Amino acid sequence: MADTKVLHEFVERLKAKNADWVTDFKDTRGEVTLIVPRTSIVDVCWFLKAECDFNMLADLCGADRGPEEDPRFEVNYHLFSTKHFNRLRLKVLLSDDEPNVPTVVGVWKTANWHERETYDLFGVIFDDHPDLRRILLPSDFDGHALRKDYPLRGYEPYSLT
Amino acid sequence: MGLENTLFESLPDVITVRLDAVVNWARKSSLWPATFGLACCAIEMMNSVSARNDLSRFGAETFRASPRQADVMIVSGRVSRKMAPALRRIYDQMPEPKWVISMGACATSGGVFDNYAIVQGVDKIVPVDVYIPGCPPRPEMLIHAIMMLQEKVMNESVKDRRDTIENESRRSIVPGTLPVTIGTESETAAKTAPTRPYTVASRHEKRRSS
Amino acid sequence: MSVAVENISSKFEVLDQALESQMTLSMGPQHPSTHGVLRLELQLDGEMVIKTVPDIGYLHTGMEKLFEYKKYQQGIVITDRMDYLNPLGNNLAYVMAAEKLLDLEIPERAQIIRVLMCELQRIASHMVWLGTHALDIGAMSPFFYCFRQREKILNLIEAASGGRMTPSYFRIGGLMMDLPAGFERRVRQFLEDFPAALDQLDTLVTSNTIWQSRTKGIGVITAEEAIDWGLTGPCLRGSGVDLDLRRDNPYSGYETYDFEIPVESDGDVWARFKVRMRELSESYKIVRQALDRLKPGPTKADAPKIVLPDRDDMRKHMDSLIHHFLIVAEGFNVPEGEVYHAIEASKGELGVYMKSNGGPKPDRVHFRGPSFVNLSALPVMSEGEMVADVVAIIGSLDIVLGEIDR
Repeated sequence: MADTKVLHEFVERLKAKNADWVTDFKDTRGEVTLIVPRTSIVDVCWFLKAECDFNMLADLCGADRGPEEDPRFEVNYHLFSTKHFNRLRLKVLLSDDEPNVPTVVGVWKTANWHERETYDLFGVIFDDHPDLRRILLPSDFDGHALRKDYPLRGYEPYSLT
Repeated sequence: MGLENTLFESLPDVITVRLDAVVNWARKSSLWPATFGLACCAIEMMNSVSARNDLSRFGAETFRASPRQADVMIVSGRVSRKMAPALRRIYDQMPEPKWVISMGACATSGGVFDNYAIVQGVDKIVPVDVYIPGCPPRPEMLIHAIMMLQEKVMNESVKDRRDTIENESRRSIVPGTLPVTIGTESETAAKTAPTRPYTVASRHEKRRSS
Repeated sequence: MSVAVENISSKFEVLDQALESQMTLSMGPQHPSTHGVLRLELQLDGEMVIKTVPDIGYLHTGMEKLFEYKKYQQGIVITDRMDYLNPLGNNLAYVMAAEKLLDLEIPERAQIIRVLMCELQRIASHMVWLGTHALDIGAMSPFFYCFRQREKILNLIEAASGGRMTPSYFRIGGLMMDLPAGFERRVRQFLEDFPAALDQLDTLVTSNTIWQSRTKGIGVITAEEAIDWGLTGPCLRGSGVDLDLRRDNPYSGYETYDFEIPVESDGDVWARFKVRMRELSESYKIVRQALDRLKPGPTKADAPKIVLPDRDDMRKHMDSLIHHFLIVAEGFNVPEGEVYHAIEASKGELGVYMKSNGGPKPDRVHFRGPSFVNLSALPVMSEGEMVADVVAIIGSLDIVLGEIDR
């Protein structure tokens, strides 16, 4: 399994910079996960990109824990460093009545389409995104398909007559 | 097709039977497919065109990109809800005579994907002549399907494939637009109809999930 | 200090109001050169492209939702249909993510066979890339030569797994079953003929002046931009960044093989083409090394509750029968947690994020498809190019819509 000591150092530097940037920290199966409050995600990303060389956002995906859970949605950011080949995961937890999180499009341009996809499939709204609209589902689709309370086979489409 | 229209109204049957054989032979020997490759089955369709299994021996020489120049639409791959109107439009743009081959399990019946995003069978959108099962079907199966279609073409009568005459086309519904309802009885019926919710749970939802 | 989003123009990907001299062209979902159902809205000034807006979703299959309703081993079948030119790569990514969650150790013979099949699949995928890329630019012969080679590889994969394009050969804990008798002889036969075929393609395509003038200087993207846009695979290596997950984040024993990573620095279509051509020879080397290393041994991990037992064992022993029944009927429970595993597929970094809540079905599976991210850089690459060059750029990105739309 990968060596995670370097990642622990990064976490210490993050906490030293600002203690309430990291609410929780997990290290399982060779992967390090940080839970970050949603207001500080952009600052954390800028710090990690500038100081810790995480220059590529490998993946940005959402997850739905189920309508009874609170917080309901998660947004996971998978960071990758092309210089040192480390991976780090950041997680933001969002509740059902305020699924907003600031966008990281200014940090990595690739977040554009990933965030559009997360909005499309889950309904998570990214504040200040330049172009937040549906990308995979038809633009007149009703609902967000990957939520747990959306049925697998969908609903009957609206009929004209 | 206009000449054949007027001609066939007036000729006796014995001559049209002879003409049937010639015309159908010409049609079946040069069925030009329209490129409608959507997903994995499209790659198997490309495999059936390539050197090992050569589809052009059976007349399907060129795959025309423009539907105006094509005879057969081989729907190969899964049709998603977003793609369905485009599929119908391409089908309507093909001139008569036209046939449809539904290649693969996803085009025939939705395949592995029984969910919100895939149309469960392309015959809900266009009339299909030959269905090919498989996921994906081997290139030999596609060649067999073209041969079956050729047999079907040979047994047709030329009178079956007339263009719609003008009256019919004025009354027909142009896809992509709403039907004309102003002043017709369906409008009054719609006004007095009971309202239904915007989305209704599909009848599949009443089944137990697998 | 929070930084405002200043350097992104508003409504980046929506076409502005066109001037009278500009034309909006919709390169629709049904098009011979878009490699699938991709729709591009091009804003043109004459023949020159001012802005490109890709419109995807015409092949959206809801696979990620389907995974949540299927047991872990049933999901392998669905991964085949994602990137349908590289199905063994998809299988491998999914299976390795599940094995990471379960903490399984895979026997060596299974790992060697996995590498062997994945590299054969990479050669097959690059053959389709080259055939269709050449066809779009106007050369029709390489299509037939490439598909001839691909038929040979598909026959090999069919001999091993039963399916040409949807093999589902890997299982959680190893392989579906061992290689058939005579397989190594057939692979060696293929390897003998392959370098001659590569030389033939080189003569047809690489040294062709028309090809060179149509691909040099087109669709340039610099290294920093490429990393910022998340490009991976040959698209990134064509821009000068030396990154390959087989060497840098190795998996399945790749660190023990001896192969080079081709890197070109121009960043244009020609550079990506050269990277992929050289990758073909490197894959050939890896297949040869894997073949030399094959030794008899088990092909499934030693985990009776997760891996199906041998058929003979199942017929003779009661506990194997019970395990077989439970695995097939109820599935196995995967410990709670989440994992992200990335492999180097033929198109780039294929990542799987898998989250489990302790049951037999996953809670969330997300595939980071390399084509999805590579296509998002198309507007940047095609600004200022002609319409015909947009076709060349799409070919060089090597996109597969099944992976983009999932």
